[in-house]
Amino acid sequence: MEQSSAYEGQPLHEPKGWWGRYVFSQDHKVIGLQYTCIALAIGLTGMFLSLLMRMQLGFPGLFESIDAGSYYQDVTMHGMIMVIYLLTALFLGGFGNYLIPLMLGSRDMAFPFVNMLSFWFYLLSVLILVASFFVESGPTGAGWTLYPPQSILEGTPGADGAGIILMLASLAVFIIAFTMGGLNYITTVLQSRTRGMTLMRMPLIIWCIFLATFLGLLAFPALLVGAIMLIFDRVLETSFFMPEIFKGGEVLDYGGGSPVLFQHLFWFFGHPEVYIIALPAFGIISELISCHARKNIFGYNMMVWALIAIAGIAFIVWAHHMYVAGMNPYLGFFFATTTLIIAIPTAIKVYNWVITLWNANIRMTVPMLYCLAFLITFLIGGLTGLFLGNVAVDVPLSDTYFVVGHFHMVMAVSPVLALYGGLYHWYPSVTGRMLDDRLGKIHFWITFIGTYLVYFPMHYIGFLGVPRRYYSNDQYDFIPQSVNDLNQFITICALIVGAAQFILLYNFVVSIYKGKKAGSNPWGACTLEWQALESPPGHGNWDVQLPVVHRWPYDYGLPGATADFVPQNVADEDIT
Amino acid sequence: MSNNHVSHADLVPDNLKGLVADWSSDVQAFKVRWSKAMMWIFLVSDTFIFGSFLSAYMAVRLTTIEPWPNTSEVFALHVGGSDIPLLLIAIMTFILISSSGTMAMAVTSGYKKQRVKTGVLILLTALGGVGFVGMQMFEWSKLIFEEGIRPWGNEFGADQFGGFFFMITGFHGLHVSIGVVYLTTIAVRVLQGRYDRLDDYQIVEVAGLYWHFVDLVWIFIFAFFYLW
Repeated sequence: MEQSSAYEGQPLHEPKGWWGRYVFSQDHKVIGLQYTCIALAIGLTGMFLSLLMRMQLGFPGLFESIDAGSYYQDVTMHGMIMVIYLLTALFLGGFGNYLIPLMLGSRDMAFPFVNMLSFWFYLLSVLILVASFFVESGPTGAGWTLYPPQSILEGTPGADGAGIILMLASLAVFIIAFTMGGLNYITTVLQSRTRGMTLMRMPLIIWCIFLATFLGLLAFPALLVGAIMLIFDRVLETSFFMPEIFKGGEVLDYGGGSPVLFQHLFWFFGHPEVYIIALPAFGIISELISCHARKNIFGYNMMVWALIAIAGIAFIVWAHHMYVAGMNPYLGFFFATTTLIIAIPTAIKVYNWVITLWNANIRMTVPMLYCLAFLITFLIGGLTGLFLGNVAVDVPLSDTYFVVGHFHMVMAVSPVLALYGGLYHWYPSVTGRMLDDRLGKIHFWITFIGTYLVYFPMHYIGFLGVPRRYYSNDQYDFIPQSVNDLNQFITICALIVGAAQFILLYNFVVSIYKGKKAGSNPWGACTLEWQALESPPGHGNWDVQLPVVHRWPYDYGLPGATADFVPQNVADEDIT
Repeated sequence: MSNNHVSHADLVPDNLKGLVADWSSDVQAFKVRWSKAMMWIFLVSDTFIFGSFLSAYMAVRLTTIEPWPNTSEVFALHVGGSDIPLLLIAIMTFILISSSGTMAMAVTSGYKKQRVKTGVLILLTALGGVGFVGMQMFEWSKLIFEEGIRPWGNEFGADQFGGFFFMITGFHGLHVSIGVVYLTTIAVRVLQGRYDRLDDYQIVEVAGLYWHFVDLVWIFIFAFFYLW
């Protein structure tokens, strides 16, 4: 703890040798890249699992290796991997680590060593998760919500082996990793900004990551507690969540516990988790829209207050996931109300993005395409959310494909679109080279149109009443043949979208060596990460002196300036 | 390393305007060391862990079908031919709260740069922690071996009693044990003179924050398990 609060005198930990520089690095940029690579790798696994599910739904029985058990394992691991190990880790661990110190004009995170530990704990949690594929009876197949009693009772895939235990242990380790990283992000944002960087001059993405981290630090404890108690129920046969259960005419050893309690604990984490993913996506969109439309962001202050409102309300909407769980209906009324209220600050943000685009000098770069796609997708996902937020409409739609379509639009496709936009935007900052534009556009259009062809039909299937998480749909009279045709169509589209992601990977790898040289500020952005001493930024980020901030981060098209942007560290008298 | 910035109190008024001025300032929102800011944030997060544990305990205690064990009976000590309820736990609570007192004294003498006094007071605090954990071990072994209470069941009432008791007091005991290690480390460093060389004893206050938090949590556990 030997750093000084005098920020310019912050002693830097100089890396020693290749291992210290690239592997056991305490540099926030390297740690951010490590997070990004591991998250993308496990995310690719998650995508592969989703394609396996689609193969079963589109062509039932074609692959004999996918039986009911392994289908449920694929569903479970796909959900958990995508929500936690890909999106949470990539947005906060990847983008957060890379951008926070650079955008705030700091040399590094507040506690570089703890930051490094955070990554290694994250890697450990991923390894534990992957290990569950290789134990006897495989990973857990309880659905990503892991509801007891089902998740720990014999008969559920992974429940009699080590699958469920490894899942919960991996979550606990992930939470430790996140806490170590999160304390760093919050402390750095609050305490280690450069001179002139007030809170209201921070780029919106920093506000978003800051608030998302805060949500994480307050929400993950509930999941940790739920996971610990569930492990005890499984290993020690305590009955925290287990009521009296008859199985095959025999009474099990459990009794007196409350299964709904787990749902409360899980969703007290689970709903803020939606915003832990959505807020960084909002932030990326705010940066990208302003920069690639060459116009200042509309309503910066309102954007910040809307974010704070979203972060606050996010904690009192959780039980809208539990309308059919047997809660008191009056609670449903309360949570439906708060759910609809949270649409207000969210709508403020969407309107502000749209007004930013109005009359702007829009450049149709790949990041901009992703922004536009995000706006449309998020709007559609949000609108179906209005259906599900209301108890009376949710009850018949609950646990149908309508829900699957809704949450994939709003918290799978939307954040991933923002994520891709962010990757295209900041790739030059990391590598010093541009990604190939033509490949980027091909990848964009296939992904954008493809995901719509995948998820739009799901809404329709949901209206027909097809339940989600069913292994096969062909044994039920109420499900018409058209559903199976649609499922085939969806599966083919999903396979194409899945294959298209390799264009991005190819682009990533090839552009490191063959990409166009980017220069120090290829997009003409105002934020500090493009004004660093070297490009890409070196260890310590800045010259002997830290940059001094004179303005907000969105001075595009300032009257009187020659260039159409004025970076944050340019003083008024230096504008040419 | 010295605190060379102008005293914060001279710059901004100590009222709501001061709060706004702090939050809208550049460089830092709170005029404290990073480690202290981080400890506060960590404690907020940790509060939610204990909050979730205790809420879960309360929820299950209200919904479980069997009656809850009579706690004044279960926790009673057999002394001098009669059962005295709350005796052991009163001593444990007294020791833990006293250790908070010595910790507060350590912080004060730290800011007065009294090296030996600070170190000894921190060690005394850690000793209080060791005493607390030791008596908790005694209590656990009494419950387990004499009364036959297990996490999965007991003969006094609802099965969940043992589970929640061992889980929550165990999690708290873990916090105390980690605190003992943490405090001992700090005490050794104080006595070695490391913070004299840095001319900065704020780390003692940071460790103190953690210790007071662990004490405060115990008050809630005490109230919810032993008095309810």
